[in-house]
Amino acid sequence: MNETLRALLNVLGVLAVTLTVAAGLIWLERRLLALWQDRYGPNRVGPFGLLQVLADMIKIFTKEDWIPPFADRPVFVLAPAIVVATVLMSFAVVPIAPGIGVSDLNVGLLFFLAMSSLGVYSVVLAGWASNNKYALLGGLRASAQMVSYEVFMGLSLMGVVLLAGSFNLREIVEAQRRLWFCVPQVLGLVVFLSAGIAETHRLPFDLPEAESELVAGFHSEYSGMKFGMFFVGEYLGITLISALIVTLFFGGWLGPVLPPVVWFTVKTFIFICLFILLRAALPRPRYDQLMAYGWKLMLPLALLNLVATGAVVLARAA
Amino acid sequence: MWSLLKTMWRVFLHAFQPRVTVQYPEEQPPIPPRWRGRIILSRDPDGEERCVACYLCAVACPVDCIALQATEDEHGRRYPAFFRINFSRCIFCGFCEEACPTYAIQLTPDFEMGEYRRDQLVYEKEDLLISGPGKYPGYNFYRVAGLAIGGKDKGEAENEAPPTDVKTLLP
Repeated sequence: MNETLRALLNVLGVLAVTLTVAAGLIWLERRLLALWQDRYGPNRVGPFGLLQVLADMIKIFTKEDWIPPFADRPVFVLAPAIVVATVLMSFAVVPIAPGIGVSDLNVGLLFFLAMSSLGVYSVVLAGWASNNKYALLGGLRASAQMVSYEVFMGLSLMGVVLLAGSFNLREIVEAQRRLWFCVPQVLGLVVFLSAGIAETHRLPFDLPEAESELVAGFHSEYSGMKFGMFFVGEYLGITLISALIVTLFFGGWLGPVLPPVVWFTVKTFIFICLFILLRAALPRPRYDQLMAYGWKLMLPLALLNLVATGAVVLARAA
Repeated sequence: MWSLLKTMWRVFLHAFQPRVTVQYPEEQPPIPPRWRGRIILSRDPDGEERCVACYLCAVACPVDCIALQATEDEHGRRYPAFFRINFSRCIFCGFCEEACPTYAIQLTPDFEMGEYRRDQLVYEKEDLLISGPGKYPGYNFYRVAGLAIGGKDKGEAENEAPPTDVKTLLP
């Protein structure tokens, strides 16, 4: 009974916190972008403009929920739900602190990779079901980008798995007690960060929704809360990738003095800010540049990292 | 790659730059004195209305937002019976001020004229008239004009010579 209650609390707690964080990121992103552009950002509603989140939510919930008559209705409705569902599923395996975290899956890392692959469907189906050429172009770009970045996203993590000797995210964190993996796996970190940005299709890799070229890309035809779901999914994705970078490369909850949850939160927050800084600073590359960058630079780097790590692990074992 | 990192660092440093945003209602932006804002009707130094109801402002107005009716008092001084500016039409071009021969109509640096109802933007003469001479202190049209009105005949205005007697041959 106690055990069930504990599990239930964990599930509800993680769900509530991740959704709250995703909503709060709307405000955080606008404030930080403003900070780096010499502006103030939303600072009127409530203290520091924090209630802007509430105002935005009231607005988006009361917007007209329009499904275009030419759209493929069931798929159109399903697509935004997929992105949120898959990202929330991935949060199940993220170890937040000892005793906090939904599931202690022994193939946690593989589960995350599987879920992020499923997330591609959301974008592709949204682009397809909208029956609009810009949305379709966005969906095509998204599928090409996410499928190709998926490849070395997985490969870049294999170095971590080799060093930790486990797919379990808790054991990976525990393996970093002596040295965070960001030092021996610095190549893996760079590759995973790029792949993570591409997976969440954030700037500078936001080609699927490149608003200067494709109206709004795959979600051109979406409005109201369905549009909101894509954004919740995007912000959840940022949080997830940040949390995973922290877990895999920066020692998760490990850290002196402060309690583990605080360490995890602080580290994740820093990476969320890095994501927003990337958006504030970098321009969007051309599509062929994106692909060339992925296949000609990132994939060889990931393979090199894997071979080198494997060699080191073998040499050490011998 | 290096240039990307440099860019990110540069952008990050902008966090410590002064903000360019002016927090408007709390922090008022500096407005030049010749700003073309809310229109007023000024009075001459004696406290009389400067407007002589010549209709030049109404004619000059490109959006026809000025309406007035001329009348005269017992001394022959012209003044507007009513003077109405519809600020929901006014484009603040300042042509009325340029057209005015008596410096009566003037534009001021006030622009905070928001109203919840459109008809509240129609200003009547009592809304437009101010108690002072506005931008031109000391100017009094009837004192310098060679026009005969009650209490002042031709040739009695300031800087004015008496009218020439056309019937005499003496220099």
